[in-house]
Amino acid sequence: MGVLVIAEHDGGSLGPVTRNTVTAGTRLGEVTVLVAGEGCRGAADEAAALRGVARVLLCDDAVCGQSLAEPLAALLAGIGREYSHLLAPATTFGKNLMPRVAALLDVAQISEVIEVVDADTFKRPIYAGNAIATVRSADSTKVMTVRGTAFEPAAAGDAAAPVDGVPPVAAKPVSRFVSRDLTQSDRPDLAAARVVISGGRGLGSKENFAIIEALADKLGGAVGASRAAVDARFVPNDYQVGQTGKIVAPELYIAVGISGAIQHLAGMKESKVIVAINKDEDAPIFEVADYGLVADLFEAVPALTASLE
Amino acid sequence: MERETMEFDVVIVGGGPAGLSAAIRLRQLAQQQERELSVCVLEKGSEIGAHILSGAVFETRALDELLPDWQAQGAPLDTPVSEDRVMLFTGPEKAIRMPTMLAPRTMHNRGNYVVSLGNLCRWLGEKAEEAGAEVFAGYPAADLLIGESGQVEGVVTGDMGRGRDGEEKAGFEPGIELRGRYTFFAEGCRGHLGRQLIERYGLDEGCDPQHYGLGLKELWQVEPGRHQPGLVVHGAGWPLSENGASGGSFLYHAGDGQVVVGLIVDLNYANPYLSPFEEFQRFKRHPQIRGMLEGGKRLSYGARAIAKGGLNALPRQHFPGGLLLGCDAGTLNFAKIKGSHTAMKSGMLAAETVFEALAGDEPADRDLRAYATAVRGSWLHEELHRSRNFGPALHRFGIMGGGAFNFVEQNLFRGKLPFTLHDRTTDHASLKPAGECRPIEYPKPDGVIGFDRLSSVYVSNTGHEEDQPCHLTLNDADVPISLNLARYDSPEQRYCPAGVYEIVRDGEPRLQINAANCLHCKTCDIKDPSQNIVWRTPEGGGGPNYPNM
Amino acid sequence: MKILVCAKRVVDANVKISVKADGSGVDLANLKMAMNPFDEIAVEEAVRLREAGAADESVVVSLGTSASQETLRTALAMGIDRAVLVESERDLQPLAVAKLLAEVVKREQPDLIIMGKQAIDDDNNQTGQMLAALLGWGQGTFASRVVPASGEVEVTREIDGGLETLALALPAVVTADLRLNEPRYVKLPNIMKAKKKPLEVIAADELGVDIEPRLEVLKVEEPPKRSGGVKVADVAELVDKLRNEARVL
Repeated sequence: MGVLVIAEHDGGSLGPVTRNTVTAGTRLGEVTVLVAGEGCRGAADEAAALRGVARVLLCDDAVCGQSLAEPLAALLAGIGREYSHLLAPATTFGKNLMPRVAALLDVAQISEVIEVVDADTFKRPIYAGNAIATVRSADSTKVMTVRGTAFEPAAAGDAAAPVDGVPPVAAKPVSRFVSRDLTQSDRPDLAAARVVISGGRGLGSKENFAIIEALADKLGGAVGASRAAVDARFVPNDYQVGQTGKIVAPELYIAVGISGAIQHLAGMKESKVIVAINKDEDAPIFEVADYGLVADLFEAVPALTASLE
Repeated sequence: MERETMEFDVVIVGGGPAGLSAAIRLRQLAQQQERELSVCVLEKGSEIGAHILSGAVFETRALDELLPDWQAQGAPLDTPVSEDRVMLFTGPEKAIRMPTMLAPRTMHNRGNYVVSLGNLCRWLGEKAEEAGAEVFAGYPAADLLIGESGQVEGVVTGDMGRGRDGEEKAGFEPGIELRGRYTFFAEGCRGHLGRQLIERYGLDEGCDPQHYGLGLKELWQVEPGRHQPGLVVHGAGWPLSENGASGGSFLYHAGDGQVVVGLIVDLNYANPYLSPFEEFQRFKRHPQIRGMLEGGKRLSYGARAIAKGGLNALPRQHFPGGLLLGCDAGTLNFAKIKGSHTAMKSGMLAAETVFEALAGDEPADRDLRAYATAVRGSWLHEELHRSRNFGPALHRFGIMGGGAFNFVEQNLFRGKLPFTLHDRTTDHASLKPAGECRPIEYPKPDGVIGFDRLSSVYVSNTGHEEDQPCHLTLNDADVPISLNLARYDSPEQRYCPAGVYEIVRDGEPRLQINAANCLHCKTCDIKDPSQNIVWRTPEGGGGPNYPNM
Repeated sequence: MKILVCAKRVVDANVKISVKADGSGVDLANLKMAMNPFDEIAVEEAVRLREAGAADESVVVSLGTSASQETLRTALAMGIDRAVLVESERDLQPLAVAKLLAEVVKREQPDLIIMGKQAIDDDNNQTGQMLAALLGWGQGTFASRVVPASGEVEVTREIDGGLETLALALPAVVTADLRLNEPRYVKLPNIMKAKKKPLEVIAADELGVDIEPRLEVLKVEEPPKRSGGVKVADVAELVDKLRNEARVL
């Protein structure tokens, strides 16, 4: 019995966290990737080229179009029992799908796995990451979602794995796709962004936040703020990261002019890489930053933006 | 503004020991005599107990009277005091243990219990509801309702859903009028309505000024080997003595491997550089204290002012339409450092007085003078009278002289000396200009025994809706800079145990008020040199959420 | 239309939890509890649909100990018509909750079920999807907009990178995300009224489903403390590290 990774994709290519999920899968056994959708040969070929992928299943059919949970879950309920583990990225795609699959298989689902202890035992965050639970599953098939930042993305392999077709499962149509609005031109949503640039009171004014926005746009990131910056009315309330604001866990978090009170850290400490730019070298933010730059932010931030040209 | 109205026979402001005891007693009496009597308790905390902070060593005298079968009913009194120690801390490394027989009698705690007063109040809240009182947590009493003839007719609850400039946000709900035939004010020390009532009705005429302390407390989980359930340690001296300040410390071993440690700093200190928070953090480094905490984990933190002026400062408690109860008036027995049993008793007496008045013996102006008589005839008055000289003696003679006086008075004369000491300087007038004082260097937090303010506030579980008007108001917006900064180097930066007040210097210096950190301790309302800061109620449910405190 | 809304009692979002020293779990003794914030949004949505005339009955259900009655009373004070408590002292995992809810659904026959997308204690984000699967209904998770039409409900979902709109045949399950609405303030008189609304208690055993936990919690620990990394000299070094060492650029 092997491991089945359910790919998130847009047809032509894989979603970013799918490659991290493949890495988690390789810890558990031989990885098969399922690419289900309509017009998704490109994504299947990309999956086949990943290191650690032994086989790709391609279900290319209108039934699976738009990644609706109901037909995908029906497909997985059919083939899922052939695998010891079913893994999907802990994105809105995977979170939407996998509990439905688990219920159809009458097994538990394990959410946001951050560590594989052994084939039955996993670590996952609870209470917004304030505690880590180690759980052991008694089910024959383990259905889980995987947190991308906890695993490296699988690199391209030497040889392409075979791609085999699987037929879709006809299900009673209970849901219908209407529209999708991906706000690609605008900045991404704070809670889901891959990169977050946050400014603090050190910015000094609303106008000065422009340098944060410029850097965010350069990196395709979202803009956040500390409570002090919100209190000083530099930015609106919904920019706030922290205990009473949003909790974010991006791949890259850049804290600019933020001292780093625990109330702010509570909202971003699970970020994969933290960068702090602050002129006060004693600022507590440096105690959690992977990379600290003691500098005048009004010089450092524009220089950083410029160097990313 | 049009407001909805709800009517009760008795409206009680504050779900602490005094308010809840009053509610329970009222409902008990109504049930015994089969009379209709509606009672509601308003609590600003998100739940009963959320804002309760006390040591606490609890004396059961009032509870025995209120709910004699408290044990059978599961009251959370699980840890009897097993040992009393009184320490004099003479320096950062040194301490002397006072022989028990030389400690004032009032400091003997056999028969008492180490409790979480918050949990005791949670239990009392359940009892009040079971008895038929309406308990509304998360609803602060924001304003007084004053009738045409000047009597209190109830309170108005806080508006919900105002933005930071006072504008009505989506979902805005205006506060409602809670009208009571009588209203009890049991907000705890320095209640913001209590303060208005004292002024409006001149309740403190002829009294000494009230004196306050700021109590800071932490709850720790300690290593099993260091835990001695029921051990009670009181102390005085270092570190406050180093800076000419006074106060006392406590360390109690509760159940479940938990220890509480705290410092009470008298708010009549003179040096504006003194930081009660830092004094407390420093105190924990004393080997006597560190030795008990090391290897453990801090679970929570909180701070609350206490009214410790005792009988000499106790204002008149009755006025037309209502009564002022418990620490809102100042019924704490400072000689025992206990206010819970006296607060409960003051609530019970209030219930009994009002119950009788409602039965037909109601004065025309609804001013329950009978309450004063009831208090005078009770052990509450007797106890406070015995202890009346305790605080003033310490203020006047210092720890050693005052301590000796208190030993003689409490142990030899049982509090019956035929004279009374007075202390007539207010706490807010006691600060000296910064120029006359020596700045104090405090050790940096090590994150193990000592902590900074913000990580402390974090474990108090404090939360406020952030888009709301600042509840810490200034009578004059210039005073923080023109007076407080210029003359006292902004003492609010240091006396606030939550880091609410900050002087920001990103241009001209200005006072930044981080109201969301506020622990509702009321120290700013008390200690601001020109009484320029007025504490008001924030949106309901805001403030700390103390667990097991 | 009849709406069933689900609400869980959890530790208040303001309260910091602490892990028990023996690693057996999180210490919940005497902590402030509250309705799961996402469920509060679900309750609000149900009340709004009811007030707008789109629904003619709303029922709230909670699962857990008798203490959950408090959570149900809050939902009633917000405007829900009546409440059901499925009482159990056991650790109810999402699959068990979904199975119990499916039984409640058989009794209540709602047209629309709304619940929070996840509870802020276990952070599972599973129950709505599982319930939809067990019932064979369509699901609209992470909803930021819910518009019932004839025989359908249109749900706008917050997905990574944007919004997606689906039309679900009724009956259906919807899970609420943060931006669906802003829950109302509960008015004092409504707390009094809520005490008089019906609250039915059903013992979980009566429903005759398998609620055995499938996952065993071996250990609960504090997350590893983050420690400071390196200080870089300038912007050039920072960019170099982010590109070549951390590989996040």
